[in-house]
Amino acid sequence: MSELDDLYQSLILDHNRSPRNFRSLGAPSGTAEGKNPLCGDAFTVGVQVEDGVVTDVGFTGQGCAISKASASMMTTVIRGKRVEEAEQLFQRFHQVVTGNAPADEEARTAVRKQLGCLSAFSGVSAFPIRVKCATLAWHTMMEALRSAGSEASPEHQ
Amino acid sequence: MGSSSVAATSWDVGAVRRDFPMLERVVRGRPIAYLDNAATALKPKAVGAAMGRYFDEYCANVARGVHTASQEATSAYEAVRDRVAGWINADGADEIVFSAGTTASLNLLAQSLARPRLGAGDEILVSELEHHSNIVPWQLVAEATGARVRRIPVTDAGELDLEALERLCSERTKIVAVAHASNVVGTILPIERIAAIAHRVGGLVVVDGAQGAPHLLVDVRGLGCDAYVFSGHKAFGPTGVGVLWARRELLQGMPPWQGGGGMIASVEIERSTYAPPPARFEAGTPAIAEVIGLGAAIEYLEGWDRAAGLAYEDGLLAEAVARLAEVAGVRCFGQSERRVAVLAFTVDGVHPHDVGTALDAEGVAVRAGHHCAQPLMKRFGVPAMVRASFAPYNTSADVDALVRGVKRAQSVFGV
Repeated sequence: MSELDDLYQSLILDHNRSPRNFRSLGAPSGTAEGKNPLCGDAFTVGVQVEDGVVTDVGFTGQGCAISKASASMMTTVIRGKRVEEAEQLFQRFHQVVTGNAPADEEARTAVRKQLGCLSAFSGVSAFPIRVKCATLAWHTMMEALRSAGSEASPEHQ
Repeated sequence: MGSSSVAATSWDVGAVRRDFPMLERVVRGRPIAYLDNAATALKPKAVGAAMGRYFDEYCANVARGVHTASQEATSAYEAVRDRVAGWINADGADEIVFSAGTTASLNLLAQSLARPRLGAGDEILVSELEHHSNIVPWQLVAEATGARVRRIPVTDAGELDLEALERLCSERTKIVAVAHASNVVGTILPIERIAAIAHRVGGLVVVDGAQGAPHLLVDVRGLGCDAYVFSGHKAFGPTGVGVLWARRELLQGMPPWQGGGGMIASVEIERSTYAPPPARFEAGTPAIAEVIGLGAAIEYLEGWDRAAGLAYEDGLLAEAVARLAEVAGVRCFGQSERRVAVLAFTVDGVHPHDVGTALDAEGVAVRAGHHCAQPLMKRFGVPAMVRASFAPYNTSADVDALVRGVKRAQSVFGV
């Protein structure tokens, strides 16, 4: 498999073509806008948080396949997760796309298991310039969660 | 665009390529096809060699020391001023100011040429195809003075709308700031005509020559503009150095922008008097090595049959335009008859950023994004474009790789 095919796995292409939760929430607990001024990618992420659990998440905006698919897949895995779980997931995701996954096989398998379908983004590490694309929606969601306020995650304030 | 068949016979691209070591690079297993020249041009060996000689043999500050090395450095530095003046047909070396680049030159002009001329209600006209560096400095000075920045529209073909410019020009027009050539769609702007229109109402014409210097034979006096600026690094020289040319009497009337050593006549604690131009605008130790490198780049270019080299790169542009026109789903932007070898396009169903990555996988270096020209993106209704930009060391093989990469992107994305 070439680096290019490894980057644009079919799951990523599918989410790019048909992004999930591509909508703005009616009355979200928090929203944030994320922009990559270098390439013009811009997304708005809205979150609904109840008792520290992300009950709904949606996004709107435009961007490249990597940023859009990443936003889409993020929304599918994040719903139902606790805020601190979302943060931890982002950390793991970040490690994988930057090529900083744990060195030993056992730990790496654990990370892959935790990430599930998000592992599809491991090909990004071969194209470091695209890390910002893959993480834009995540950074934006974290911002949205912060804006959702203290009731979203009292133990993290 | 020139005729490729004529140019190809009189331009020895193989010999030229040997002067650019970077062209030997292999990227992702393929020979590099460097088509990002509008972002920065590659450097001939002579540039690094000249900078190395300065570091190794006569490293010293300029215009200060009495010692031998300092005199040598000063001579070398000032010799580049002469060379630049000749290269762009300035009236003299005293009209050449060294800066950090096009951006720094434009900021200097905004603060030093424009600011004293601007008051509330005055206008600065900038074209819709400008690079952000020829927009934002004018906005800053407009905010500070109560002046206003207005847009000169461009046509669907990517050309400046001269009739609109005529309508916009009035006694309020103080500055008209335009590119010599677009960094996105390559259009060469008719500077002579723009200057004639602006001068009728007393406006000054500032030309961003960032793409002009590498792609055109620049004659600042022939253009009839009032100021012309460019960067060293897009003209095959080093980064960190640029040029500001302005008509002598304008420079003489401009107050300093940055204060410091080297730009003064005398200093007392309460007040100072300033050196005449160009020293007045070169506060602090300049980028000596980079200026020397720029001189080497121009000397190198002077060794070319420049017209043949430019006709050759125009031929590559024509080839790329024709080849991409055969690929369904590719849309090229800008159809001006007068354009430099810079080509912007999009691919239906594939974001420009993803096209850029697919091209990188083929060893093709392009730029993908808004090219620091968001108003132009808006004009054409797209968030971003892919840009391939050529130099006289590129070849038809580079065009092949470009087309191959575009098709690869389409196949990966199933479009």
